[in-house]
Amino acid sequence: MTTLSHWLTDDSPASRLQARLGRWYRMGLALWRNRLAMLGVAIVLALVILAVAAPYIASHDPLVQDLTRRLLPPSGDNWMGTDELGRDIWSRVVFGARITLVIVAMVAVLTAPIGLLLGAISGYLGGWIDRLIMGVTDIFLSMPKLILALALVAALGPGIENAGIAIAITSWPAYTRIARAETLTFKNAEFIAAMRLQGASTARIIFAHVLPLCLSSMIVRVTLDMAGIILTAAGLGFIGLGAQPPLPEWGAMIARGRSFILDQWWVATMPGFAIVIVSLGFCLLGDGLRDVLDPKSGDRH
Amino acid sequence: MTKPLLEVENLRVTFPTSRGDVDVVAGISFSLGRERLGIVGESGSGKSMTGRSILRLIRPPGRVRADLFRFDGQNLLDLSERQMRAIRGARISMVMQDPKFALNPVMTVGEQIAEALRAHGNLPRREVSARVLDMLAAVRITDPKRVASLYPHEVSGGMGQRVMIAMMLIPEPDILIADEPTSALDVSVQAQVLDIIDEQVRQRGMGLMLISHDLALVSHYCDRVIVMNAGRIVETLDSGQLGAASHPYTRALIEAVPRLDETRDWLPTLPRAGGEVA
Amino acid sequence: MSSLSDAQPAATGKMPMGLVRAWRLVSFIVRFAASLLLTFLGLLAITFFIGRIVPIDPVLAVVGDRAPRAVYEAARLKMGLDQPQIVQFIQYVGAVLSGDLGLSVSSGRPVVQDLAEVFPATLEMATLGIAIGVLLGVPMGVEAAAHRNSFGDQIIRVVGLAGYAVPAFWLGLVGLALFYARLQWVAGPGRLDVFYDGIVEPVTGLLLVDSLLAGETEIFWNAVSHILLPAAILGFFSLAYISRMTRSLMLDQLGQEYVTTARVKGVSERLVIWRHAFRPILVPLITVIGLSYASLIEGSVMIETIFSWPGIGNYLTTALLNADMAAVLGATLVIGGVFIAINKVCDGLYRVFDPRSR
Repeated sequence: MTTLSHWLTDDSPASRLQARLGRWYRMGLALWRNRLAMLGVAIVLALVILAVAAPYIASHDPLVQDLTRRLLPPSGDNWMGTDELGRDIWSRVVFGARITLVIVAMVAVLTAPIGLLLGAISGYLGGWIDRLIMGVTDIFLSMPKLILALALVAALGPGIENAGIAIAITSWPAYTRIARAETLTFKNAEFIAAMRLQGASTARIIFAHVLPLCLSSMIVRVTLDMAGIILTAAGLGFIGLGAQPPLPEWGAMIARGRSFILDQWWVATMPGFAIVIVSLGFCLLGDGLRDVLDPKSGDRH
Repeated sequence: MTKPLLEVENLRVTFPTSRGDVDVVAGISFSLGRERLGIVGESGSGKSMTGRSILRLIRPPGRVRADLFRFDGQNLLDLSERQMRAIRGARISMVMQDPKFALNPVMTVGEQIAEALRAHGNLPRREVSARVLDMLAAVRITDPKRVASLYPHEVSGGMGQRVMIAMMLIPEPDILIADEPTSALDVSVQAQVLDIIDEQVRQRGMGLMLISHDLALVSHYCDRVIVMNAGRIVETLDSGQLGAASHPYTRALIEAVPRLDETRDWLPTLPRAGGEVA
Repeated sequence: MSSLSDAQPAATGKMPMGLVRAWRLVSFIVRFAASLLLTFLGLLAITFFIGRIVPIDPVLAVVGDRAPRAVYEAARLKMGLDQPQIVQFIQYVGAVLSGDLGLSVSSGRPVVQDLAEVFPATLEMATLGIAIGVLLGVPMGVEAAAHRNSFGDQIIRVVGLAGYAVPAFWLGLVGLALFYARLQWVAGPGRLDVFYDGIVEPVTGLLLVDSLLAGETEIFWNAVSHILLPAAILGFFSLAYISRMTRSLMLDQLGQEYVTTARVKGVSERLVIWRHAFRPILVPLITVIGLSYASLIEGSVMIETIFSWPGIGNYLTTALLNADMAAVLGATLVIGGVFIAINKVCDGLYRVFDPRSR
């Protein structure tokens, strides 16, 4: 064990494999030592497990109404109580994890690659292409995201997909900015020049060398943004523009519990806790990843 | 020689790392009187940490220990933060390396010099500004009034370093530590800045600790030279007797200096591992 | 940008310093105005685009769905909908510039008139919120950085994280349930108790100011008890952000060499922190505060919905649910415009006032 860890942390690795494994080992170790980051990992893992295994974890069917059992307080049978239609809130929260995960994944898949590509192209090519892309990016960056998402969903029509699209349209510019800044830092590096001298095409350099180097700061930023995406999605759901009933979306559940907040507090409060915990998990994980992957952008040690 | 101002025995500066504690200064002893003492070593040899530990500027998680750390009859390690503040600047002062980073960008040069004076006593405003201008003139700044009203980014590196010297000398300390005072400057102004330090130190009869990686420079400006490597003192020499250096590390340092009147096919490099010279 | 950094004193040595600075300022203002205009134009393009993709027929919305064909066609022509998109966009920009945001279907009045009425309420709440955020957040951030990893620092970091993780609308609900319903420390939703409504003549539109101007202290205190909770919740988000940014700016400063220089001089720790570390962050801090203010105006949408606060956010959500697109786009335009203006001005101030960028 000790020889293995010595081999991994050797100051002068003998092979590229040893260097790479050593780097991962050190990053993993740093993340492992950061207790808050591990809490974040645990929360995000829990969210994924809840979403995947929802039917096995939920105690009731999230959609079945039972008007004889409406607005019951938390108990052994209904851990988080029941809502105004007698549905089990715990089960709805569990199935709601799926909706949250879908939106989060959708936004990440839609925005990160676009932002990454635009930023890398902009930074690597420079000139008028750079100016054009960054001009548009800057305009989008100065826009109020929440309001724009609201107006977009209003135009597109309510629903999870449209909420995801609206959030995606408002959040790509930040990634373009990051990828461009990252690209500029190594654009003139010797290894890029070496690639060019070897006759590599621009597209090849961007895809094979520039994009992978932007990846780590991108992962950090996307993770950190997840909390904001979840909050916006929940906000859209709360206003009634997100997932439509009877889907157990957390924001929409809070909206329904609003009328009962004074006497049956659990209806609105429980899904709120779910949102808080999951957002917090992504924040903690993002902070931890930033410290490990991209230490220069965060607090220094 | 009179009784030394500063006596240090077995000084250790320790930083924790992921692979255990590392002594960046590993038990060194020296004393400093009203003389000019040079400390030479490559980067990472612990020379800067030695200078900073005298002012107790090593921030946690770094730790400083010593069997004896006496300045003017007091043990520096026992002093409270408040007592230490009365020593910093007023009794022991330090010229920092690069004026570009060591001067506050949003305060004028004059304000910053005056602050060094105000930190150690209440003087009438008129007297403070008069002394600031005198001090600037003393470091050979020709237009003190104008320079005092400038911001650091508006002055050149050489002038910035003279401002720094003025700032550190204005409370009239007993010891001046100069930590690589010229390594960030153009070669053309390096000698000028060092001459100013030298002149001031002689005039005021202070102790000087000149920290540098440049052996020739240190031996030119100092009476005694301490050679450090890997946190330890390798050798202490009178600067006139560099040729008599016995330790192989010192010899290697001397060998590494190119001369104008020579033709060498290769310059010797310093073997790094363990500080031992093969 | 480039001329800011290109014009080194050495390169323009023959010009007097004052003239160089003045010239740089002028060219900066020109570029600043151009970028501001471009961004506003971008916002207009987005709202215009959103207006086009709405599945609601704007003509039907005006003439009603029982209108005969001829009336429909006439209205369509009158609204310029037969023109090419680009012409329509120019007409749209012209209309917005002349203060015409269309008619609200639900109120039957010009949207501009509606917005002018509701905007002061939003401004009042957001301003109080930012005041809370700055007064608490800045000292908290400075303290946290000065005593890094202390217990207080940990607490402040948790508060900062909570600002990113807690949904505003949920916090508003929980706050209402706790402080209004249970503890009765504050008044409930709305700006005033019903029986005080309409007594004070609006002068500025800011109730706290108007009631004092009218000498109605009773109404003033009632307004205070109504605004306190929503403003405090906005203030919480603002202080979370501001304290986090202040902390990280301060940590950066405390690692600077000139802070060590100040310590070398024997300057007291209090002065090291406030004079040497804090003063250089004032300019970036103004930007942070501006961003926070802008985001509070945006974030008031959620809070106003919860607190039935008759501001622009409430107006927007009501319009959303009524599919009153003219009102939605008008409110979006106003909130967006204010947001952009604050953002850009703070950014501009940063460039003008930071001595390092001069």
